[in-house]
Amino acid sequence: MTRVLDVENLRVSFPDAGGRRFYPVDGVSFRLDRGKTLAIVGESGCGKSLTSLALLRLIPPPGRIDEGSRIRLEDTDLLALKSEDLRQVRGRRIGMIFQDPMTSLNPVFTVGNQIAEGILAHLPVSKTQARDRALQLLQEVGMPDAPARLDAYPHQLSGGMRQRVMIAIALAAEPDILVADEPTTALDVTVQAQILEVLDQLRARRGMAVLLITHDLGIVAGRADRVAVMYAGQFVEEASTSDLFALPSHPYTQGLFASVPRISGPVQRLAPIPGTVPPAAAWPSGCRFRPRCPKAFEKSHTEPPMLPVGPGHTMRCWLAEE
Amino acid sequence: MTPVGEALHRAWHTPRGRVSAGILVAIGLVGLFGPPYLPDPLAQPDILAGANLPPGPSHPFGTDQLSRDVLARVVTGARVSLAVAVLAVGLSMTLGAAVGLVAGYWGGGVDAVLMRLVDGALAVPRLFVLLLVLALWERIPVIALIVLIGATGWFGTSRLVRGEVLRLREEAYVSAAEALGARRRRIIFRHLLPNAMGPLLVAATLGVGDVILLEAGLSFLGLGVQPPAPSWGGMVFDARAVLVTAPWAGIFPGLAITLTVLAANLFGDALRDAVDARGR
Amino acid sequence: MMLLSIRDLVKHYGAGGFFRRSEPPVRAVDGVSFELERGETLALVGESGCGKSSIGRTILRLQEPTGGTAVFDGIDVFSLDRGALRQLRRRMQIIFQDPYSSLNPRMTVGAAVAEGIEIHRLARGPEVGRRVAALLEEVGLDPSYARGYPHEFSGGQRQRIGIARALAVEPSFIVCDEPVSALDVSVQAQVLNLLADLQRDRGLSYLFIAHDLAVVRQIARRVAVMYLGRIVEEGSTEALLSEPRHPYTAALLSAVPEPDPASGRRRIVLGGEPPSPSNPPSGCPFHPRCFHPAKSDRCRTERPVLRAVGKTFAACHYAESTPTQVPH
Repeated sequence: MTRVLDVENLRVSFPDAGGRRFYPVDGVSFRLDRGKTLAIVGESGCGKSLTSLALLRLIPPPGRIDEGSRIRLEDTDLLALKSEDLRQVRGRRIGMIFQDPMTSLNPVFTVGNQIAEGILAHLPVSKTQARDRALQLLQEVGMPDAPARLDAYPHQLSGGMRQRVMIAIALAAEPDILVADEPTTALDVTVQAQILEVLDQLRARRGMAVLLITHDLGIVAGRADRVAVMYAGQFVEEASTSDLFALPSHPYTQGLFASVPRISGPVQRLAPIPGTVPPAAAWPSGCRFRPRCPKAFEKSHTEPPMLPVGPGHTMRCWLAEE
Repeated sequence: MTPVGEALHRAWHTPRGRVSAGILVAIGLVGLFGPPYLPDPLAQPDILAGANLPPGPSHPFGTDQLSRDVLARVVTGARVSLAVAVLAVGLSMTLGAAVGLVAGYWGGGVDAVLMRLVDGALAVPRLFVLLLVLALWERIPVIALIVLIGATGWFGTSRLVRGEVLRLREEAYVSAAEALGARRRRIIFRHLLPNAMGPLLVAATLGVGDVILLEAGLSFLGLGVQPPAPSWGGMVFDARAVLVTAPWAGIFPGLAITLTVLAANLFGDALRDAVDARGR
Repeated sequence: MMLLSIRDLVKHYGAGGFFRRSEPPVRAVDGVSFELERGETLALVGESGCGKSSIGRTILRLQEPTGGTAVFDGIDVFSLDRGALRQLRRRMQIIFQDPYSSLNPRMTVGAAVAEGIEIHRLARGPEVGRRVAALLEEVGLDPSYARGYPHEFSGGQRQRIGIARALAVEPSFIVCDEPVSALDVSVQAQVLNLLADLQRDRGLSYLFIAHDLAVVRQIARRVAVMYLGRIVEEGSTEALLSEPRHPYTAALLSAVPEPDPASGRRRIVLGGEPPSPSNPPSGCPFHPRCFHPAKSDRCRTERPVLRAVGKTFAACHYAESTPTQVPH
């Protein structure tokens, strides 16, 4: 297992109205390995998107990554990089695709132009070579009739096609890591399946590490090797995908499973998690899930660390000690 | 808090908003309550010996060539200039909003006809029309001046409001109101107009600055507010002859114009930021 | 008698008129028929561009239909004049997909919920406030929320407010236009439960528009699958999901991400793109993307009609032999 990215104790802070800092990402640690997919699953407000932005140091001011966070890309400390070196990393070592392909592409340039731009920014090739490369990339991401699409403008393409273009741009400079932040949420179900298939094939063929951010447990089931469930700025459970689905251990994870409608199995009344997600500026004290947890007990007033549940399976819950 | 209130509140809480609003309010208050404490702006006590006196203890802004107290005239001029600006802009906004709402909501032929009329009106230079009318109508009463300025200034606003209405029409809450059985009037006044107020308010504030300049320009040409009623533009006009020897008669009204227009523009900017920031 | 009976509904956009652009009309709804019984939920499922949202709005006459009929409780909806239509609106309501644009940001929650009551003069004075409080409670919200403005509330809460607003006029039929698509998983479950409870307690009938088959299975007993403005398959939810007869249904079913890595379902990954409703293919609208092994020239030239096949109704020439799995 070749480790390519190491994140330790990542904390991102923002100032609130009174100027004090709060932590929407509060102590996240994980690693990415070549050729493997890690999925971070969580609902809105859990901090998953900020986590992915932090990797490329794209946190918008006045937010910032806190001291004590560590992000190492192989031997490079990403947090210590100067802006020119950081620019080299963005795109060249880590590629990113965003949720909404409608707004992520520049409407006044052709897609071929935008892909080539990504290539030219990082690789010492000529414009013609870049254009050829762009065509290859479009074919690689499964764009139908790629030669014609090369000179199309974004508004002429459908949502699925635009997302393919986004992927092509992200891959343009041959990154080792691909970060996909909700890549299929805005797409139709059948197109979603196509895009996920493309991502999977690319990962296998290029040996990239993939970080997949999503709220959809279903996507995770088929496509990720390991899963981390995120709640209130922290990972609350982490395991291989099969282990997580076989034995969801954290009460939040269990709650998520119980509240998702199923396409097979008996139709039962859904059991939603009571209450709502707490705001980042006011995380509950102790275990952050305690106010909504059906299994809360006295020890829940103390914040739990990640504790082992089984081999390669941890959760942030005192119940692990039972 | 009501939407308008919230925008004002938010604009107030920026340094720029507070300073500019403070200036505007101060000018308004001084204009409103100042005159009783000041000499008669029309009085010409002593043309021979009291004219063109430099600023001093008895005349903080000096006197003009007819020995009238400049400070008193600037303060009274504030009343006139602000009244003209606010009322004229009020008229423009009302007309513009009405036409924009009807055109935007009814659509189709009504919209097409109204907008072609507006296009035509916009093609005619406003200043030209004003100059023409004012040249023909000597000694125009202030009310007529206000109506004239207001009636020639609503075209751009109608387009602005129409654009907002076109956008708002597609919002789900408008469909919801229709589904509940709301009549057109309710939809326009409860759902469309309140949500179009933001840009309208900004346009109005900036418009006040515009009209102050316009009126000052017209008065400077002798076509606006007629003497002996003091107006800032008129005072600058009167001071042309003595601009070198007794500049204060022209500088102070000029400063008043500049300061007021600047404050209006800054507050308009602050309001625009407040309205935009509301997260549409 | 059926509560709602829709026959050959057609809705085209952008056709004709002096001031219109000269482009082919968008054939959003192209001949749709179905019926809804009292107290039942029928789901309309499809992807973007299939016309499902247009159907909901057209039935309520938020848009005028291009053709067809809609009979609600014996009343011909499309022939009513404005006054009679306003009366009818009390009985047919709608809840929307986007919680962030479904409430007027300048109106308090209480005013929004009370609007229907005011329009139809169902109550006056303090009675209005009492009704609003009762409605808010019924949808699981604190009555004190009536004083707040929409931006103070979360997506799930706003959806509830929208539901309370619709309930205020005491409808018997509600078009639910993708009401949970924009919500988080756990909030989605809360709202789905609420809708089910309200149906049971008030005897409501729903036309539930969605793109997620798993959600549909949770709430609807019957489902119609739409593609490019037409219904391509229709039947009871259980039948349709266990034995789909139209290839598109099979593909939709296969594409639903299932939280079970060991489910062993083989995936059908549809090639091609969802087609454009302004330029539909000839013959069967699905044929360019269809993977049915028996696909033939007939599919390109002849439009299939809905007919009984197996346990459902499907519009496919070869529905008898539709594979649910494709050698991939």
